[in-house]
Amino acid sequence: MTTRTQTRSAARIVPAFFVAALGIALITLTGHVQAAALHEAAHDVRHATGFPCH
Amino acid sequence: MYTRLLVSALFAGAATGLLVALLQFVFVQPVLLHAELYESGTLVHFGPDRATKAHPDLPGFEPVRDGLSVVFTMLIYTGYALIMLASMSLAEERGTTINGRTGILWGIAGFVAFHLAPGFSLAPEVPGVAAADVTLRQIWWFSTVTVSAVALWLIAFGNGWMMWSVAVLLLLAPHLIGAPEADVFSGPVPTELGALFAARALGVGLAAWVMLGCFAGYFWQREAAQANTAAHT
Repeated sequence: MTTRTQTRSAARIVPAFFVAALGIALITLTGHVQAAALHEAAHDVRHATGFPCH
Repeated sequence: MYTRLLVSALFAGAATGLLVALLQFVFVQPVLLHAELYESGTLVHFGPDRATKAHPDLPGFEPVRDGLSVVFTMLIYTGYALIMLASMSLAEERGTTINGRTGILWGIAGFVAFHLAPGFSLAPEVPGVAAADVTLRQIWWFSTVTVSAVALWLIAFGNGWMMWSVAVLLLLAPHLIGAPEADVFSGPVPTELGALFAARALGVGLAAWVMLGCFAGYFWQREAAQANTAAHT
């Protein structure tokens, strides 16, 4: 029973961890990386979403 | 589990992003374009005899610029959807019901953690505003979002006054410490536009997060229902 519960928890925690990491990476890339091309393309959205932009 | 998380996040993020891009285009973008006229010096509103008309002609629809805004809005809200669904799946494991209705609560909490909390001390900026170093502000932004999200999780799922007190302290801390601020004020944009921009950004943000939470909860349930149907046929 304990093993089963642990397996079930692990089955949730590992995917949740990776998916959350992917989400954070996506937010960082689209909203915060200061590379000129990215900044230029995402400029209006960064302002509208309240991210620090310049 | 991976498929269910990724598929629900993609649907929720893309749907929200599209609708939010539309809202931003109508309510936020005109204020931003107006502010840019002051940022570039095309309009000036201070000094003697400088009463500037409050309703100048603004640039219209620009396919590339506005198209990119739509793409990036969809990407940002997909990123948020991934984080939200990861948290939802963990909460469901602890016995919480996740669906479109309860998703609205998640959306409001997400708005507080990711938009209102950082915006409380680092107000959404119009172009041309004076501000501290961008790296410092980004560090403060990420720290504030992290501790605020943890605080809201403790309020929602914690038991007892200990956890709730810790949550309140975590919510207050970034603002008591203070956000990085500009040394001097040099913004050429009228305060009327700055205030309207901040209000509009936060307002659209709330609508965005409520939609995101609702869609995330809905698609999470829908993916499970479809998996069950497939398993029984």
